[in-house]
This record gives sequence, structure tokens and C-alpha cells, in this order.
Amino acid sequence: MTELIDQTLYLKMYEQMLTIRSFEEKAIELFEHNLIRGNIHPCIGQEAVSVGVCSALRKEDYMLNTHRGHGNCIAKGADLKRMMAELLGRSTGYCKGKGGSMHIADFEGGNLGANGIVGGGLPIAVGAGISIQNRGTDQVVACFFGDGAVNQGTFHESLNLAAIWKLPVIFICENNQYALSTPIREAISISKISDRALAYGIPGVTLDGNDVRAVYTQMKGAVERARSGKGPTLLDCLTYRFYGHFTGDPGRGMTYRSKEEMEEWWGRCPIKRFRESLFREGILSEGKEKEIQIRVKTSIEEAVRFALESPFPDPEEAIQDLFY
Amino acid sequence: MNFRELTNTEAMVEALKEEMTRDPSIFIIGEDLVAHGGIFGQFIGLPEAFPGRVIDTPISETCIVGAGLGAALTGMRPFVDLHFADFTTCAMDEIVNQVAKIRYMFGGQAKIPIVIWAPDGAGLSAAAHHSQSLEAWFIHTPGLKVVSPCFPYDVKGLIKTSIRSDDPIIFFMHKKIFSRKGPVPEEEYVIPLGKADIKHPGTDVTIITYSIMVLHALEVAKEMEKEGIRVEVLDLRTLWPMDWEKIAESVTKTHRVIIAHEACLTCGFGAEISARIQEELFDELDAPIFRVGAYRVPIPFSPPLERFVIPGKESLKKTLYNLFGKEIDSK
Repeated sequence: MTELIDQTLYLKMYEQMLTIRSFEEKAIELFEHNLIRGNIHPCIGQEAVSVGVCSALRKEDYMLNTHRGHGNCIAKGADLKRMMAELLGRSTGYCKGKGGSMHIADFEGGNLGANGIVGGGLPIAVGAGISIQNRGTDQVVACFFGDGAVNQGTFHESLNLAAIWKLPVIFICENNQYALSTPIREAISISKISDRALAYGIPGVTLDGNDVRAVYTQMKGAVERARSGKGPTLLDCLTYRFYGHFTGDPGRGMTYRSKEEMEEWWGRCPIKRFRESLFREGILSEGKEKEIQIRVKTSIEEAVRFALESPFPDPEEAIQDLFY
Repeated sequence: MNFRELTNTEAMVEALKEEMTRDPSIFIIGEDLVAHGGIFGQFIGLPEAFPGRVIDTPISETCIVGAGLGAALTGMRPFVDLHFADFTTCAMDEIVNQVAKIRYMFGGQAKIPIVIWAPDGAGLSAAAHHSQSLEAWFIHTPGLKVVSPCFPYDVKGLIKTSIRSDDPIIFFMHKKIFSRKGPVPEEEYVIPLGKADIKHPGTDVTIITYSIMVLHALEVAKEMEKEGIRVEVLDLRTLWPMDWEKIAESVTKTHRVIIAHEACLTCGFGAEISARIQEELFDELDAPIFRVGAYRVPIPFSPPLERFVIPGKESLKKTLYNLFGKEIDSK
């Protein structure tokens, strides 16, 4: 029975990972065709963190997201159509075109929003934790941030506060090795970000962030701990972004990364690895995979169509949603 | 209504007590609140009356404001104490980039029922890091409402309204007015945001002001009566939204304007009000608009230096004489 549940869950996780990858590839294409303005920060390569983490959450649990957050949004259950519409600046988008790629929120789905300020979400996660404690629910908060955020003051203040009050917050570092062009090895004087957990007296784990099962297992444990009132956990998920920092990154980030490094990480592609293991274990078959691929393709196409057919907001809407 | 005398502190505590009793989602969070009811005694009695709802934090201003926001987004009504207005700088990202923007940036999905309360102002030899008046920064930031009352009646009514507001409020109270007394009704009442109040009626000149400068303006108004100049003192109480209607009404009556605040004159709120008056009411003016504010220097420590830098009754009087072309008594 559990095996069956695992199989269904794994197939769902696999489909989500493919959805994220396809969504990002399509978004880049739309950007290159000038249909998406500004910039986007693709999370291609980090799908296992998004899906592993969010698969351990319930809908009513909260999530704080980053500028590289499409994957986390999708994994938390966002509607692809409204996401794509937001990326294209349409009135049907999650934020009615006011947020764009970097600022998607879905309060009904527990997504308290993506932040354009590195480390900006951590204090908000602490507040959501206080709120949960006060209201006496058993929700948890999943707070995503990148390795760039761990040297911001908010990281220290937030982990400390969450620790002293035993708040139900899981701090998830999507450690993709680079803060824009600065490698993490040059930005901290310790080998593992998770070692910092010691300083706050909370558990900290560094794990293979390209292994979706490992992320899911660790996250499940951290969520159980948080739900039972034992407080926060720091998960340092080692991963890599195959694309550059953003769509404007010269040479897709290859000015500061080596070809060898890139190849090595492609060898550890989270989707490829998960797919291979699912085939090996007989959970995934070619027939099932085809079905999944068709579903994913259709959902992305529908999202793009919806976004393209949606109107831009009226200019006057710029002064709505706020007193002024 | 039955009035009794309360200090500004007592008025604030009473407002919080009433609101916290009415709504269990309200809590107070900040540094050093429980041991003495806050460093100014501004929450005295509340930690005992509401156990667990007055939360002491480590010194982490950034996270205190950010946590307030997170709580506000998820069903609570936090009242955030920042010790001193000067410490808003430690939480500037949280206030300006997060609290002020989230409702709009996410397309109106969120309500932000948060009050960020901070004592401001100089005059206590607290020097450059504990004396500033920074309201103009926050008025300049879309997404925030800014309140700065002076009298216990206004403090109580506006604290209650601010707590009930679904938009973020920056609430400043001048440190020198905490123990100042004034009449407050025993019956419950609230004061809407964005409503100014004439504290002294007059017909010859309007002093548009707020916070501690209202007190100086009232003294000047009384002294000027002897000289036959009838000064109207308009206390804005809420700085944003600004009560333009009341301002226009008064300017149309007196045709002369002085705008006074303790904050530094350059790019202070007075500049905004002045610009708006000359744009919309130019024909009503019988004299140039004058402004009174602090010198553009950090607040110095030594009393004579501090007195020189910040405006008070005398600088208001000088400006008034100047406006009416009178000789300045420079004793």
C-alpha cells in the first residue's frame, strides 16, 4: 500500500519537475521573442528542490519565495495560466500585471509571495510562524532563499528569532553555488552553510539538492518537527542553475563558470536522475512517460494561449490596489 | 461626553487595551516591552493584562518589522514598537520594500494591518541617533500612511483607527509629549485617518503644523492675539493621507500660510504642502508661503546647539513677524 502511494507520489513529482522545466524553457523562448519584458531568472536545474520541498507541504502551509521562484510557485500548486499571464504583464495574472516574474503571490494557495530583495522573505517567514503559533494551527512555513541570502543580516536575525521561539519555519537554502557571479566558496569561510545552524541551536543538514527523494525525505522530517512544535530546521540543498543568473546574464553565466563544472552538474541533472531511477524501479514506463509528456506539453501550451489571449491591464489600473 | 485628563501615554495604553480586548489578533512586538511596559512606559500594564500578547524580542529591528509583516499577512494585527524613529533605518528594507509594496505589488491580494510605532523628535539631548524626525521619508513612500498626533484625545482616537486599518501605518509620537495631559472622553470613540483639526481658530494667518510644533504654534497664537494678529493653528494629526480640504479651507480664509515642523526644512513635508498650495490656491495668497524647520545638520548633543538647530516658539514668531513685515525683537 505505501509502495503504491509512493509510486503515485513519485509520478506526480516527476510530472511537476517536467512541468517546471518546460515552463522555464517556454518562458525563456517568450522572453527571446520580446513577449516577456524585463527579465526572468530561470530555475532550470533546481527542480528537485522545489518539488521535494513542496511535496511535503499541505495547501494551507505557507511559502516564501525568491526572484528565481517559478519552480517553487508551480510546486506549491499555482495555476500555470495565471502565472504565465503575470509574466506577460496581463490583467489575468496573479498580480494583475503589477508584480511580474519576480513577484508572484497566491495567497489562497499559501504562497506569500516572491521577493526581489535577496533575503527579504526570511523575516516575513518568521512573522508567519508567529502567526501560526498565536492562532494555534498546525501549519508550517517553507522559506526559500538562495546561497546569496545567507550573508544578509536577515538570515541571522530570522534564524535566531525562529530558533528562540521554536517557530514552525523550515529555512530552505537553494544553494545553486552562485550569488549572481560570486561563488559560494568565496562568500563564506566554512565548507557547509548548514554548519551555521549550530550557531542558532537548530538542526541543519546539507543535502544533495538534485536528488528529489533526498530533498523530500529531509523536508518531511523537518516538517514533522515543525508541526510538532519542535521548531525550525535549516536545509542546505546543493544544486545548480543551468541557465545564467537571469536572461540578461552575458553568455548565460558562462563568463564566471567553467565548461567542466557545467558538464559535471549536467551529469547530475535532477530530472535525468529521477527519471532513470523511476525506470529502474519499474515505476515509470515509456507509455506512462509519453502520457506525462503530453499532459505537460498541453498544460504549457494552454497557459501560453491563455496569457497571449488575455488583455493588458488598462493604464489607469496602475493607481488601483492602493490608496494614494 | 464625559472628559477626564489623561497623559498621551495613558491615552495610548487605554487605546491599546480597548483594542486588544476587542480583537484577539492584535499583539505588540518589540524590544524591552515586558519588564517596564516599554522604555517610555508606553505599554505599562499591558504585558500583565495580555500575557503572551506583548512580545519581547532580541535587538533585531530588521526582523521585528519583517515578522510583523509576516504576521499581518497571515491573519494577525501586529503593533510593532521600534524604540526610536531613528531605528527605522535598520528596518528600511522591510518598511519600504516589503510593508509598503506588498499589497500593491501582488495585485491587491494582501491586507497589511500593521502599525509601526516609533517615538521621534529632539529636545532631550539624545544626540544624533535618538532625536530625528523622519516622517518625510515615509510620506514620500507610496503604500504607507503616516500619523503624528500631539494631544491625548488625538493619540487615543488615532491609535485605535490605525490598529483597525488594513493598510500599514507609521505612527510617530514626539518623545517630549508623552507625559503631556489633555482631556479624553470616557466613552469610546475613534478619529478617522486623514482628518486635520483646527486647534486655534484665526483669520489672519494659518500655521499648518503637527506633532510638537502644534504646542509652539498655540503659544505663538496666544501671544499674537495681544498684537492683534489672529493666528489659526491647523494640526494635521495624520500626515498621509493629507487633509487637503481642511488646508484649502483655512488658506482661503486667512490668505497667509506658515508651515512648521521639527524635521529638517529641506525636502520636509512643508515643501510638499507649500507646493500644492501655490499650485492650487495661488490667487488666494496675500503673501509668500513661509516654512519653519530644523537646520540641515544632524541633531547635536549639547543643549545650546540642539536648541539652535531645531525650531521652536521663537523661530515661529520670527517667521510670523517676517511675514507681516514687522520689526523683529531680537532680545
